[in-house]
Amino acid sequence: MEMIDYKDDGQFCSGHVACGGCVEALALRVILNTVGPDAVAVVAPSCTAVICGPHPYSSVKIPVFHTTLESGAASASGVRRALTKQGKTDTTVLCLAGDGGTYDIGLQALSSAAERNEDILYICFDNEGYMNTGGQKSSSTPLSAATGSTPAGKTTQKKNLVEILAAHRIPYIATMSPSHLNDMTDKVKKAMTMRGTRMLIILIPCLPGWGVADDAAVKTARLAVNSNVFPLFEVEGGVKYIINQEEGDVPVRDYLGIQKRYRHLSSEEIDAIQRDVSEEWLRLKRRAAETA
Amino acid sequence: MKESNQRMLLSGNHAVAWGARLARPDVAPVYPITPQTPILEKITEFHSKGEIDTEMLTPESEHSAMAACISASLTGARVFTATSSQGLLLMHELLHYASGARSSIVMFNVNRTPAAPWGFWPDQLDSLAQRDTGWIQLYSETPQESLDSVIQAFRISESINLPVMISHDAFYVSHAVEPVDVPSQELVDDFLPSFEPSFRLDTELGQSFGAPIDQSNWNSTRRELATSMSTVFKAVTDVGAAWGEATMRTYAPLEFYRMEDAEIVVVCMGSMTGTAREAIDMMRAAGVPVGLLKVRLFRPFPTEALRDILAGVSCAMVLDRNYSPGMGGILHQELKAALYGLKDAPVMHGFLAGVGGVNVTPEKIVKLVSDNREAEAVVGSVWVD
Repeated sequence: MEMIDYKDDGQFCSGHVACGGCVEALALRVILNTVGPDAVAVVAPSCTAVICGPHPYSSVKIPVFHTTLESGAASASGVRRALTKQGKTDTTVLCLAGDGGTYDIGLQALSSAAERNEDILYICFDNEGYMNTGGQKSSSTPLSAATGSTPAGKTTQKKNLVEILAAHRIPYIATMSPSHLNDMTDKVKKAMTMRGTRMLIILIPCLPGWGVADDAAVKTARLAVNSNVFPLFEVEGGVKYIINQEEGDVPVRDYLGIQKRYRHLSSEEIDAIQRDVSEEWLRLKRRAAETA
Repeated sequence: MKESNQRMLLSGNHAVAWGARLARPDVAPVYPITPQTPILEKITEFHSKGEIDTEMLTPESEHSAMAACISASLTGARVFTATSSQGLLLMHELLHYASGARSSIVMFNVNRTPAAPWGFWPDQLDSLAQRDTGWIQLYSETPQESLDSVIQAFRISESINLPVMISHDAFYVSHAVEPVDVPSQELVDDFLPSFEPSFRLDTELGQSFGAPIDQSNWNSTRRELATSMSTVFKAVTDVGAAWGEATMRTYAPLEFYRMEDAEIVVVCMGSMTGTAREAIDMMRAAGVPVGLLKVRLFRPFPTEALRDILAGVSCAMVLDRNYSPGMGGILHQELKAALYGLKDAPVMHGFLAGVGGVNVTPEKIVKLVSDNREAEAVVGSVWVD
């Protein structure tokens, strides 16, 4: 049994409107309490925007600016520069967005902010699709997953955002999972010690979007890590890869099997996904070994 | 006037950059586009020499530039940006957002033809197509007016919490070089109070902005916007008068030239007004009772003032350097709507003159007036060769 080293300072309030059992709310609670009160959040339209609450309520203690879907990183840059001009260089500027607002429509602004190395902490809540609009595919949706716009399964791979951002040579990129909360707080704290564009990508199994039981989001996230589908790792300076977990020994079949979005897959298709995942894991291991 | 004012030979765009410099913006997100680039380059030159203490942000698009403007303004920063044509059109979504979020932004737009086909010519369709976005819109005739308007715009924008867009025509104004009176920093500092919005993103205040809202509250935001818009005419008047006291150059929402006893009034915006002044002089010399009405404030449209000034005038001729397909000249269209039901309204003619940057000479304006002053009103706008 792992003890969770975490202190709740009330940065995320009860009464928010996340779906019952949603681990995005859990992740927000842990992240916001780890970041603390000296922060401003820019939120792109996403489940996070909904969870933060309808006007005039806010489930988040820190000031929040809701921006447009493609503008997250640009809006965060504007807040950053204004605070810097005011001498508030220690105030953290968070950018909270989903995968649609990050991998897809927000990628251009994100790339530019990363190129300028804007001093922002960007957190992508990656639920692998446009779940807030009822579950359509994004470029983060994995191969073969069924969504509202890929009812027969997506025919292309999930976009590798980590490698895209690593190519920008930003100071810090890390993957996180709501099943590994100590790892999550460690990474948030580590990111907070750095300046420049920092990216944390957190996998959020979406209960309705993925077809997961209401009590199974953490379990699903844990299976994603332990099957190496979504490994926990960091990239420092865009080049140094550090893996934060033991190699998972859970078959990919077990991870796919508890999600309705994969239930149309044949055994052969599942085997093909297993081969892809194993190859990716080896590639990651090689990269980590090369840059150790 | 203060003695430390300087007279410089400046293009319209460099005059804008000087106006921005004197306003001391905190944050300036800008993206280059022809023919706006001299504004950007002059500001970044000021910055690189340490002559302005501004956070310069050069993102990958005008869209991101405007996104950064909005959030920086809501964080309490004085914000300036500049664009043109395609850039302004790319910002469209965020132009709505900026006014809805009640952000104070001053943006300079260089009026240029929108593609397709590609062109780089003076035409006001780019900014006029943004008339429903909730921005205050001013049109400038000269480099001097552009500099002066930038500084005034900050005072207007920051007092009403609405963004201001000022436009001048590509090349005719943007690249035309004229002697420009550049006021001293001291004068501008006295004129322009610091920007200290009571609502802002601040960890001490904890206020949040832009969260989803219900129907009646959304409706309220537009009613509040309407109330604020209704104060703009007076604000532009007062700020223009205050600037006149400081510099001896007074500005107003509507400006008049030789309107005494005018039976015919030529109505236009931007650089066309300079040409029209010459045409008016030529016609007045020939005994024609004609005057010029320059629309400097286009949004909010100065409906009441226009009704006052045009009641009893026999003929109004609107010159539009823009074309709204399927409707005609936008100023013509707006003026017709503004005068609806007015007793003693003038017979109105709308001319599509200079669309796409085609040159309109004073002689052409003289001919339009002489050919049409006795003609019956035409509902639609008429293309001018």
